[in-house]
Order: sequence, then structure tokens, then C-alpha cells
Amino acid sequence: MPDTTTNTVIEIEKLNLIFQTADAPVHALSDIDLHVNSGEFVSFIGPSGCGKTTLMRVIADLETPTNGHISVNGMTPAEARQKRAYGYVFQAPALYPWRTVERNIRLPLEIMGLTNDQQKERTARNIAMVNLQGFEKKFPWQLSGGMQQRVSIARALSVEPDLLLMDEPFGALDEITRDHLNEQLLKLWDATKKTVIFVTHSIPEAVFLSSKIVVMSPRPGKIIDIIDSSLPRERTLDIRETPEFLEISHRVREGLRSGHSYDD
Amino acid sequence: MMTDRGGSRQPDLWRRLYEGKSFPVFTVLFVLLILWYVGAVYMNSDRLIDQYERGKVEWSWQQLTEDAWSMERPILPAPQQIIIELHETVIDKKITSKRSLVYHSWVTISSTLLGFAFGSLLGILLAVGIVHVETLDRSLMPWVIASQTIPILAIAPMIIVVLGHLGLTGLVPKALISMYLCFFPITIGMVKGLRSPDILQLDLMNTYSASPAQIFWKLRLPASVPFLFASLKVAIAISLVGAIVAELPTGAVEGLGARLLAGSYYGQTIQIWSALVAASILGMLLVWAVTLTEKLVLSRTGREAV
Repeated sequence: MPDTTTNTVIEIEKLNLIFQTADAPVHALSDIDLHVNSGEFVSFIGPSGCGKTTLMRVIADLETPTNGHISVNGMTPAEARQKRAYGYVFQAPALYPWRTVERNIRLPLEIMGLTNDQQKERTARNIAMVNLQGFEKKFPWQLSGGMQQRVSIARALSVEPDLLLMDEPFGALDEITRDHLNEQLLKLWDATKKTVIFVTHSIPEAVFLSSKIVVMSPRPGKIIDIIDSSLPRERTLDIRETPEFLEISHRVREGLRSGHSYDD
Repeated sequence: MMTDRGGSRQPDLWRRLYEGKSFPVFTVLFVLLILWYVGAVYMNSDRLIDQYERGKVEWSWQQLTEDAWSMERPILPAPQQIIIELHETVIDKKITSKRSLVYHSWVTISSTLLGFAFGSLLGILLAVGIVHVETLDRSLMPWVIASQTIPILAIAPMIIVVLGHLGLTGLVPKALISMYLCFFPITIGMVKGLRSPDILQLDLMNTYSASPAQIFWKLRLPASVPFLFASLKVAIAISLVGAIVAELPTGAVEGLGARLLAGSYYGQTIQIWSALVAASILGMLLVWAVTLTEKLVLSRTGREAV
């Protein structure tokens, strides 16, 4: 269990987001209340359309809420974005195909206006962090899907944010690669003490990674359960066989079911 | 043994010829040449038979064919006449001579390239404006499209006359007509290219709170490069057309267009045809040069041409 007296990174109260579409307004997020403390690993889980990605995009200031309160590092999301308070990993790697691995990771550093030496140093360090040494000069199309996603993680880390937002980063990968990257991600989280927010629709992935699981349901998108995980911070894939793991998985599944998310 | 191997090689050769590119191309060329020679006899025979009858000369089919392929001012010259003319005006004449086709090609190429440079610049600037300023998108785009509905042959003499009154003569007015033709595909291609980054790639820039200038230089511009080159290939070819058209109605004495016009004044069909051949070779060389640049640029950025 992470220490609950540490700093609040994200504070959301009574937040609503309504999309005005052509036929009818869509209530994407309804009365969201959420607190995330520094160093937590928080998963948003729920079926498609439950607003989990939208909620993360609100935190990242890529969407503007209709009403309610939200602060990121004590600032508005817009201020936090301008201060580059977070790194964002998208569902797809979103690498620029005309840049090599190295230059893709350098992209945010160029935009931040770091010196050439700083750029080089940070790029090398983050390539090593995701075990991609030797692939610096390769273009994205020369890499497998898993490697591409690792490049995009290295790119997000190179900004050196305290907060990492990850939107189904391993959704498109096969299960073996996914397990492997999940383990690597946990090690990284443990080593860097970053706060991670992770969107997924896989129950085992959410339970394996998280210190806090936020269960969501659609129409309107709302939080139906928040589970503080009792699993230790250091875990291996074997933990998935333990009774505690299965118990938490069960509670997540119950939550998803009570949200009537499988009715249609 | 030897004959066996020779026998088994024969079909391989035929197969390779059949499946290769050059065999079909040469077959078409061969058929065209035959049609051309037959056509030359057919087109030129009326005037020859007329001559024979007025001179009360006995004539045979063989005589007619030979004469039809070697007239001084034929209606349709035979291919070897054009080749001889090309040889004389390209290789034998000094390139400073007014009768050298190399000299005239150079004149046309300079205004083609200048017009291409102007057109690329204008096309790219318009595209950047259209993509970034919504007002320009709505106000400029219809005009850009309307500009191409005006026949260039109608507007070219007016441009030359108006610019001549303003004291602009020679290369620049011709280049402006090339520019008028070739900015259009560049604007269209470039607008598409600058808008090609997907939402994810743009969102990424927003998470870094990148400035509009950074988004342009680091995302939109590099993403547009393959589109730009596709447009440039079209643009350089029609820039050459523009340069030749600009030389036609203006009484120009230099350039391939002037050669075409002079040829038609004096019924010098061989001269017209050799100028045409020179123009198409130039066109191919220019497009090839753009394609080569494209390959170099795209391979350096790990991409292939679209």
C-alpha cells in the first residue's frame, strides 16, 4: 500500500464532460471523483465507451471538461501541460516514420529546447531503459510492434515527467510480449517512483500492475468502484496464481458486471 | 549435349523477352514505325503524283515510296529524316548557333526551371496559408481552382503584352506562364500533405505543448514531403508545356516554341517534328531528375515514394 499522506498529484471532484454531437449530447463522463497520490500506479478499467480514455485525455488537457474541478500537480491541466508535467503513451506508438528511433526519442527534447549534449545524454539513457540499445539508427517500420511501443515509452520518459499517462499501450500486442512489457513497466515504476495512470480493458493486466484500480462503466461514463490493491509493490508474473490476485480480479469483474456493461 | 542445351535455352530466352519490359515496348515501337512509314507514303503521295503528272514523268510505286520518304517539305516526314535533322541541329551545329536545337532547348529549359521555381514557391506558400488560416482556406481555394479553368493559350498573350508594357520582357514573362500552370498541382498536393498527420501525431505535439511553428517544422512539413514530390513531378512536366506555349503567341525567336512556330510558318515539318522530339526528351529528363531527387530525399528519411 502506498503512503496515503504523500502529495496529491491528481484531484478530480464532480467532473462532467458532455460531448455535443449532431443528434444528441453524449454524457461521456458523469460526476467523476478521484484522488491520485504521488507514486501510485492507477488503472482505469472498463468496457469500450466507459470514458476511461476520455478521463485520461481530460487529465492531459487534450479534452476540456464541461464542469467540475480538476487539478494536476496543484495546477489546472492546461498549466500542467504547458509545464510538461506528464508523458503520454498512446494506444498506437505514434512514431514519426521519417525519424529514426533515436530522433523520435529526441523529438520532445528538441521541442523543450534542451542543448544537444542534454538531448544525446537523455536519449541514450532512455533507450537503455527500454532495452533498445543497437536500434538507435533504425526506422520505425524496421521494428516489431512491441519494440515500437517501447520506443514510444522511452520518448514519454525522456521528458522526465513525474506523471506517466498510458492509454492501452499494450492493447495491440500479443500476450507474451504484453506480459514481458508489463514486468518491465513494473520494474521501471518501482525504480523511478513515478505516478502512473494506465488505461486498459484487461482485468489481469490491471490487477497485476496497479496499486489502485478504478472500475468504470458506460452510458454515462462513471466510476463504479475504486479498489486499493493489497498486493506487494514488488511482483512477478507468478503473483497471478495467488488467492489475493484472484480475489481482486473477482472484485473487478463484479464491479464491471454491476455496471451492466455486458448487457449490450 | 550441346544442341540439347541450346534447345533448352531457346524457350528461356523467349520467356525472358516475353516477361521483360523491353520486348513489349520495342514491339509497340516497331509497329508504330511501320504505321509511320506507311502513313508517310499515304500522306505525301497526293503531292508527288501531282508533280509526276505535271512533269509527265513515268513513275512506279518504288519511285513513289522513295520520294515520299525524302521530300524536303513533306506533310508527314519519315522517321529517318527527323533523326538526320536532329543529328544536324543537335550535334553538328555549334551550340551558340541560332539553328542549334541545343541552344533553343536551353532557352526553353531556363524559363521552365525559373517558372518551376516560382510555381513551387507560390504553390507551397499558398498551401501553408490555406492549411493554417481558415479564412484563406475558404477565400483562396475557389480562386486557385478557378485559375486553372482559364485556357492558358487565351491568357498567355495577354500576360506577355501586359508585362511587356510594364517593361518585363524575355525570360521572366515566360517563366510566369509556367508558374501559372505549375503552382496548382503543388498547392493541391501540399495542402493534402500538410494535412496528412493523423490526430495521434498532432495530439503528441500538444502533450509537449509545442508551438504552431514547431508543429509545422517538425510534423507537418516532413509529413508532406512525399506528397510534395508527387506534385513536383506533374508540375515540372506542365511547366515545360507552359514555357513552350509562352513562346508560341509572342513572336519569340528563341526556344522550342519559337522553332515550332517558325517551322509551321515556312512549312518546315521536319523542323517541327525535331523540335517536338527535343521537347519530349527534355520533359522526360526533367521528370527523371525530380524522381531521382525524390528517391534520394525519401531514402534518407527511411521512406518510399507514394
